[in-house]
Amino acid sequence: MAVMTYKEASRTAVAEEMRRDPMVWALGEDLGRGGLYHQYLGLVDEFGPERIADAPISESAILGVGVGAAMMGMRPIVEMRISDFALCAIDELVNQAAKARYMFGGQARVPIVVREPVGIWRSGAAQHSQSLEAWYAHVPGLVVICPSNAADNKGLLKTAIRCDDPVVYMEHKNIWEVEGPVPDGDHLVPLGVANVLREGKDLTIVSWSDAVNRCVVAAKTVAAQGIDVEVIDLRTLWPWDKARVLSSVKKTGRLLVVHEAVAVGGFGGEIAATVAEKLHGDLRSPVRRLGAPRAPVAYAPTLESMVAITASMVADTVRGIVRGDAS
Amino acid sequence: MLVMPREPPSNGDKGMSISGIPAEDRARLAAHYRMMWRIRAFEELALDGLKEKLVLGAIHPSIGQEAVAAGVCCNLAKDDVLLSTHRGHGHTLAKGADPVAMMRELFGREGGNCGGRGGSMHIADFEVGMLGANGVVGANMVIAAGAAHAIKLRRERRVVCCIFGDGAINRGPFLEGLNWAAVFGLPILFVCEDNGFASTTRTQNVTAGPGASARARSIGLDAVEVDGNDLIAVDRTVRSVVDQIRAESRPMLVHAKTYRLMGHTGSDPAAYRSQNEVERQWLRDPMAAAASALQDLPQEELEDARAAAYAEMRRAYATARDTPFPPPDQAFLDVQDEGSPVQEAY
Repeated sequence: MAVMTYKEASRTAVAEEMRRDPMVWALGEDLGRGGLYHQYLGLVDEFGPERIADAPISESAILGVGVGAAMMGMRPIVEMRISDFALCAIDELVNQAAKARYMFGGQARVPIVVREPVGIWRSGAAQHSQSLEAWYAHVPGLVVICPSNAADNKGLLKTAIRCDDPVVYMEHKNIWEVEGPVPDGDHLVPLGVANVLREGKDLTIVSWSDAVNRCVVAAKTVAAQGIDVEVIDLRTLWPWDKARVLSSVKKTGRLLVVHEAVAVGGFGGEIAATVAEKLHGDLRSPVRRLGAPRAPVAYAPTLESMVAITASMVADTVRGIVRGDAS
Repeated sequence: MLVMPREPPSNGDKGMSISGIPAEDRARLAAHYRMMWRIRAFEELALDGLKEKLVLGAIHPSIGQEAVAAGVCCNLAKDDVLLSTHRGHGHTLAKGADPVAMMRELFGREGGNCGGRGGSMHIADFEVGMLGANGVVGANMVIAAGAAHAIKLRRERRVVCCIFGDGAINRGPFLEGLNWAAVFGLPILFVCEDNGFASTTRTQNVTAGPGASARARSIGLDAVEVDGNDLIAVDRTVRSVVDQIRAESRPMLVHAKTYRLMGHTGSDPAAYRSQNEVERQWLRDPMAAAASALQDLPQEELEDARAAAYAEMRRAYATARDTPFPPPDQAFLDVQDEGSPVQEAY
């Protein structure tokens, strides 16, 4: 067990998988210099410029080349820089990668990992800050992964690279430098298995990506006030660990879903609806969602913070739910 | 509707002759000619199937473009890779796909190439290296680059052929795919099958400049223009270009100019062009032109090509018609490994 950053954990995962399987190769802009966030730093020295390939600023080509190579048996890691830019390649991801296996009657497999860093970070503003994971969870054929910590970023990325489905892999920019213990060697985190970060009996929070870290802080705050919160890191949105969420909410009787993405149409709605459908009689209070207002992310800190989800907002919402159903 | 002449004219266009071509080429060209008739017959039967409501979704006939399909795809090796367009029946047949499986796919039946999950626009046959037609214009430009990139990384000597229409050159993936292929030195034959129409719009009315070959040359690709209705010219050009691509691992482009004798889809009467224009183009029908060019071959062989093609495709039609639809639970086959779609159906 080593302590390393979220970024180093991802670099370790890529290096280990490239050593293990010669079909794995990475392509994207600036990879030879380490990539936009240096998450590939040094890999070109070990694997050479063919396997750590510098791409032109051609999002359709980067993703489409990944699809074509995957159909020929390669296992491409496709770096899109940020999820906002991946929208230039939405056809390649949604119409091609996600559909090829199905529409060709099972003849094709598209085992690509599309890395799309998400989230609000350093005044990135409207085109560099989005969290669009719900879009991809909606598309049949895709796997969607949103790791929240260093250990998962190694274990989930390695699993993603070995997965035969196309994977949208969404790291959060805000936690690249956050350190954590990371298991050595073949640490593989299975898909569709949530991580219970904190056990509790009063209320269940379901979250993912960096937002879940703020939920853990909030849970500690309200614990001091006598509210015992269970925090579930969903880790993967498709497949998602419905059984774990339902058993937790059955126990606590209360659900709050938290995500950095816009609340309207967010994946929190899917979780809330599922719990409402399955556990109506077990609920002690209405299901709640906490997500961003339906506004673009602004540049100035005073404006940007208006759409951010903070630990204190989570704590306030938890207190409101628990007090609300007591009154 | 226009009446399509099914008989090759006894005295076709002048100009092309097989005289002087070595015997080995004659056999190959005769095989191309038979393939052209198989394509023509397949598509005429498919149009019959559309009228009979056996073909369920849109089909995009390539009638009039058979010399491109045969001249390009018959000159690829079996392990070469082909990517095609929504107008791809001819390319797929010429790469070696089974017409019974194709007709079943058009009819949405079990045993279709894609198990009835794809239809005409998604026909693929990976067994013969046909990595798919595509319902999105231009999408295969970058997927083809990826297939070729895989070949290059593995040091294989296969060639990727990507056929696209003249309408595709105004989409971003055209530039992105060509640039990528050039930068990485990928073994791709890009073929612009220029039939003059982007759906129902004349391509020249919405396209700046002289077209695919000029755009390719502007970024340093070698590009060759050829009369796409001239089987011998397409054959000669493509053989030479494929040899260069295989030897030198670099992309090249063939710009084949042809004409779409039918509408955009099988149900488009194409009233946006004059009867006179279409009749003039029928005089350039590549079937007749090829028959004329190959007139030194025994006439019974040419006649037999046509008759055998229609007999084969009528059998394919009847077989497909008599095949059941896939059972409903196959709607959930091959969605993905992770996460069952069935359990999520509320």
